[in-house]
Amino acid sequence: MHPITTFHYLVLSAALLLIGTVGVLTRRNVVIILMSIELILNAVNINLIAFSHALHNVNGQIFAIFVITDAVAEAAVGLGILIALFRNKETVQADEMDILKW
Amino acid sequence: MLTDINAILFYVFAALVLGGGVLTVTRRNAVHSAISLIVSLLGVAGLFLLQQAEFLFAVQIMLYVGGIMLLFLFVIMLVNLDQAANERQFNKQWLVALAAVAAVGAGVGYFLYRGKDAFHFAEAVTGLPPGLGNTEALADSLFSEYLLPFEIASVLLLVAVVGSVVMAKKRI
Repeated sequence: MHPITTFHYLVLSAALLLIGTVGVLTRRNVVIILMSIELILNAVNINLIAFSHALHNVNGQIFAIFVITDAVAEAAVGLGILIALFRNKETVQADEMDILKW
Repeated sequence: MLTDINAILFYVFAALVLGGGVLTVTRRNAVHSAISLIVSLLGVAGLFLLQQAEFLFAVQIMLYVGGIMLLFLFVIMLVNLDQAANERQFNKQWLVALAAVAAVGAGVGYFLYRGKDAFHFAEAVTGLPPGLGNTEALADSLFSEYLLPFEIASVLLLVAVVGSVVMAKKRI
């Protein structure tokens, strides 16, 4: 069996990034769009940790901690906005929130 | 022998990550999506452990699976999703979106293919210098070199707390 290299991790990370992007671009449910954003952020983290491990450098892990912090802030604010939207518009479908369109 | 176990574990965790991810974006019921996302995040945590990032492994499980996913499940309960589950799940521009993602995927794949030879340095797996655990090394770097970003991150979290409280008010 071939040993696992950084390349394997990069391919996995790219695949997860693409899955998350498909979710963001095609789903209508806002909750699932937010979950897809979490998938994208995790793809980034896999990449950072892979390079941190490969280069024996701890900076990548520090950066991953900041990415996780951002993910927490984004999820908290995003879900708060979603609750406010649902109170006002009674829908969670992204393409029905079109007040700014003309 | 050890590399074999590592390889098997990598493929198991990779299958968890990708399978959970695909299920997350395709399920009709948002609760099923959330459960699949938890599986995917646990797979990512396993990959962190494989790469000797023990602190991030713990953070991933406690913060992501324990914190963020709990938040998601609460919101799914607060927001009535029964009606949304019976409607169309994908928007009208899904074909364009898939084409765009395929283009991005082709670009990333090309770069990975061209850069393949540059990544062989990873085969010497030794980890961090001995005598210093992962958590200690992280703390040393975080509280000396990255002290200012760390403090800015705490301000960011404060802003997020205030923002989510304002958003969840009755009248807005």
